[in-house]
Amino acid sequence: MNAGLLFATALASVGANKLRASLTLLGIVIGVSSVIAMMAVGRGAQVSVTSRISDLGTDLITVRPGAEALRFAFFGGGGNFDVLSLEDAFALKDDVFAPEVKLVAPENSFSGSASVGSENTFVSGVGVTAEYLDARNLTIASGRNISNVDVENISLVAVLGSETSETLYGQRDPIGSKIKISGREFTVIGVIESQEGTIFNPDSSVLVPITTAHYRINNGKGLVDSISVSSISVLASSEATVDEARLDISTVLRLRHELGADDDDDFLITTQQDTIETLEGTQGTFVILLGSIAGISLLVGGIGVMNIMLVSVTERTREIGIRRAVGAKRRDILLQFVTEAVLMTFGGGILGVLLGWAIAYFGNGATVDGDIIETVIETHIAVIALSVSVAVGLFFGIYPAVRAASLNPIEALRHE
Amino acid sequence: MITNTSTPVIELVGVTRQFQIGTHVVRALDGINLTIESGEMVAIIGPSGSGKSTLMNTLGCLDQPSSGSFILNGQDVSDLSDNQLAETRSRQLGFVFQSYNLLPRETALSNVELPLKYSGGYSGKDRRAAARIALDRVGLSDRYDHRPMQMSGGEQQRVGIARALVKNPELILADEPTGNLDTKSSGEVIEMLRSLNEDDGKTIVVVTHDPEVAEAMKRIIAFRDGRIVEDRAVTPNAITVQSPVGGAQ
Repeated sequence: MNAGLLFATALASVGANKLRASLTLLGIVIGVSSVIAMMAVGRGAQVSVTSRISDLGTDLITVRPGAEALRFAFFGGGGNFDVLSLEDAFALKDDVFAPEVKLVAPENSFSGSASVGSENTFVSGVGVTAEYLDARNLTIASGRNISNVDVENISLVAVLGSETSETLYGQRDPIGSKIKISGREFTVIGVIESQEGTIFNPDSSVLVPITTAHYRINNGKGLVDSISVSSISVLASSEATVDEARLDISTVLRLRHELGADDDDDFLITTQQDTIETLEGTQGTFVILLGSIAGISLLVGGIGVMNIMLVSVTERTREIGIRRAVGAKRRDILLQFVTEAVLMTFGGGILGVLLGWAIAYFGNGATVDGDIIETVIETHIAVIALSVSVAVGLFFGIYPAVRAASLNPIEALRHE
Repeated sequence: MITNTSTPVIELVGVTRQFQIGTHVVRALDGINLTIESGEMVAIIGPSGSGKSTLMNTLGCLDQPSSGSFILNGQDVSDLSDNQLAETRSRQLGFVFQSYNLLPRETALSNVELPLKYSGGYSGKDRRAAARIALDRVGLSDRYDHRPMQMSGGEQQRVGIARALVKNPELILADEPTGNLDTKSSGEVIEMLRSLNEDDGKTIVVVTHDPEVAEAMKRIIAFRDGRIVEDRAVTPNAITVQSPVGGAQ
């Protein structure tokens, strides 16, 4: 039997029992459409995380103390020479040793409460220099940024995140007013433009000069240069020179920390690309998990196909006998039943792709529990899902078809 | 059309067929020697369990002898593979069944086309043309698009005969072709088989319980316990038995 005839015969057989075929199809439709929809949601989450990170600029490099250094600082108690210091940060701004470094913004975090009158809120505080806003791609909405004069003078001035400002001041203008942070009185000099939706949301933070954070809030001692920093944000001279800048930073810090050739870095340099890769990896696992769950429903659909095909073979034993008697080979019978199974799963696959696509399309932008769901529909997922549905038909159709083909024609003809 | 060749259509030499039922061995065919020449019209009779159905399955290439050889049109088919047997069925013989064995969902035309679908080289147009010719031959020109359920038993059996004819085989095997039919339809079917034998030169082998059907053939072979117990030619005047059957309106 040639392919066209085989297809026509299988189509007629499947079409002869429409209700049964539709129900069988439904299993595959549900399986395939859930694969498509789940993958679209998963990939959507992945892409949105990636784009949020990219919003920060891919020329951003973050330097943090290495795990060893942190442990030393906590348990060794031997001062802070192993931890990154403000002097380390200043040293990175060096045209000779670090030509590809454009901007250096050390920071020092603290946490505490901020209060204005009776209003009180918990803030994530950051001790910064004037470069911080540029490094983090932030802008001042009103007032002014912290200047390096503020840093030198250890001024009691603060720049508020938009949410902090709103919580403490409501619609009032906070510029020039007094605010208590961890028990000390500060003057508000600026408010940061809201960055809602980005991954490093500054809206609930409070920025103060790094020196103020060290001496006034954390009650630190020592010279300015020895102030330890929790991280240094560095901008490379361009997105293309991120790797060179990374090398520059490493060179400078290794020199400063007097590390030998065999010593490991006592600091950690992370580029935005690293962050994207890590997060995409995590999200990738999530996508695979979603896909697997959906895949199981496809498997269940496949078992449904096998079940129906087995019933069909039993019911049509006599038909098989007739076909064999008029010259059909075993292979003809085998192919007919496999084709019927694949026809059902392929048909279900196509409907499933359309349905899954529709779910992803109309689900894009929907809000669930306040989170906006983004979906990304990828053609290759549809192609894979369709191929898998065909493979399911082949896999689950082959056993019933072998049973059909191996029937003895004499007994098959005698079958009532 | 009939050439008096030296090659018989059917030649059985020492054919046995055994079945194992539990520990019991049943000899359905017990050393059969039989030759049927081209253009013969043979009835095979015998009680149930005499081995005539097994013989029919063997002649129809649905079954193979346990020992001995079956030579069909000069070719030994005793040791053919399953695929080769299917080829042989498709090319060399047409089968007519007691219960017609038509595909219930398909039209008469489509049922008659079926054997052509399993042998390459026919376009859809060729198939339909050949099926129409076969249906015309059995007098069903006005039933092309009828489904089995819409036809009488006699008409269904004639569709069955058309299906057996469609590839124009030399040998037609009929297993109790009138078993499910009333007297009138039986007469029509027998007349059709006679016509195929006499006008088209087909070799016809019919298995039957019905003595009237047997007497309408030209040669009768009687079976009992897997052996041939009688093999005789039918005297020409026996054909007149046919007339009252055909004429009984």
